[in-house]
Amino acid sequence: MIEVEIISGRTIDQGKTVEEKLSDAYFKAVSYCEINEEDFRKLGLKDGDRVKVKTEFGEVVVFARVGEVPKGVVFIPMGPYANQVIADDTDGTGMPRFKGVRGTVEKTDESVKSVKELLGVE
Amino acid sequence: MAYAICTFCGNVCDDVEFDVNTQKGKKLCALGLAKFREKERIKSPMVDGKEVSYEEAIEKAVEILVSAKKPLLYGWASTVNEAIRYGVLLTEKVRGVYDQCASVCHAPGTLAVIEEGIPGGSLGAVKNRADMVIFWGSNPLEAHPRHPTRYSVMAKGFLIKNRKDRKVVVVDVRKTKSASMADKFIQIRPGYDYAIISALRALAKGEDIEADEVGGVPKEELAELAEEMKSAKYGVIFYGLGVTQSRGRDRNVENAVKLIQLLNRYTRWIIWPMRGHYNVVGAGEVPAWEVGYQYGIDFSRGYPRFSPAEFSAVEMLLRRDCDAMLVVSSDPAAHFPRKAVEHMKKIPVIQIDPFPNMTTLLSNVVIPSAVAGIEAEGNVYRMDGIVLRVKKLVDSQYWSDEKILHEMLKIVEEKLEG
Repeated sequence: MIEVEIISGRTIDQGKTVEEKLSDAYFKAVSYCEINEEDFRKLGLKDGDRVKVKTEFGEVVVFARVGEVPKGVVFIPMGPYANQVIADDTDGTGMPRFKGVRGTVEKTDESVKSVKELLGVE
Repeated sequence: MAYAICTFCGNVCDDVEFDVNTQKGKKLCALGLAKFREKERIKSPMVDGKEVSYEEAIEKAVEILVSAKKPLLYGWASTVNEAIRYGVLLTEKVRGVYDQCASVCHAPGTLAVIEEGIPGGSLGAVKNRADMVIFWGSNPLEAHPRHPTRYSVMAKGFLIKNRKDRKVVVVDVRKTKSASMADKFIQIRPGYDYAIISALRALAKGEDIEADEVGGVPKEELAELAEEMKSAKYGVIFYGLGVTQSRGRDRNVENAVKLIQLLNRYTRWIIWPMRGHYNVVGAGEVPAWEVGYQYGIDFSRGYPRFSPAEFSAVEMLLRRDCDAMLVVSSDPAAHFPRKAVEHMKKIPVIQIDPFPNMTTLLSNVVIPSAVAGIEAEGNVYRMDGIVLRVKKLVDSQYWSDEKILHEMLKIVEEKLEG
């Protein structure tokens, strides 16, 4: 397990599939987490492995991949997976903190939920 | 091939072409092509999962809105001004709360503008004049792919002839795709935008700063950037959600505006937000010209009141303050924090949208609509406030947002007067 700062944001694949949220392509575009190469090795991860990301606001299982992020920072594309763990406090602005939330990342055998399972509806 | 105006991002590219029969386009970026391509639609209006007519779905939607104590009417960034106008009038009639996608996007910038104003300019001015362009917490290559070629990096203008005439800087916490097109990439630690902007303000004024580094950036690098900014002839900061969604939020933008005001004592600088949806500007401008505010507007007392701490969608949902929700051209179930979505599952939700999404999965009433820019026309605001009229390329069985909302408004008025 490592301590991280979680950020979320747009990607081109998230944008291309944003009007097809119930599709496999959207699922693939938003259900992963980019981790710095050194952190990735430290967690004993290989391609296709899953990680559990936890913050005081929730937890989520996503696929892990190496990305261009600094050590100690992970990136999850904006969408329902990132939103399980980002900060819902708005400090009176109405804006949740979608970027810069402290949490932990650990390797897990649990599977990644579909968007329907995530929402908890049929 | 028909001339079209793209309705994906805030660029609202007005030079694209698309053929609905062959599904081929010209000049469209990957996001624009995805927008115009045929995809799965909501087939029919539905009430509790049962297919009904438009009239029946609208009747049920009106019943929910009229009987709610405090309905939240949210979305609006992906439809045309004419539809948004009916949405504002509808919110007033049902004494609900109007909020729009910017409240989880660029609304902190609105708060900063209330405090400081905005030294702004059009994308045309940037194309023709800007010799220094800074993308701060924004990633145009993935969010606004044609922005660099049309306006800001490679664009050929009257005074700026080519890429060599421009200095391009990217400031971000991660090395984004956009960093690769910059002359200089400045990597900062998450949440340090405010401190770095403050340091730049001091350095630009000629003052020294005590720290050797701020937010992971060495003082020398900041001093060099401040000097380059002062010596530019016409500079622009295009800021993105890296600034508005991280620690500091509206205060980050306010501080950046102060930096720009300072730079204008030496040379010409502007600052502008990289707005996401093609008409998210309209979702703020239309209520502003109707009732005076851009978002987070409560009509429960019969007159408009603005307070993002109380009337923004996320705050309303977290406090379980609304007892019904109308969602127009948006997907809060996918884009709101988990806890806010929990309340959406407990109240009646009405959705108006062309495409099935996560909000569809928890909506009681679903009303499919025509896609603006392909199946319906109307006016929209480009990210810099320029109004463009998006086109209708093909006839459709679906009603436009404008028609659906106009019908809803008429029936609400009848019910309230009756």
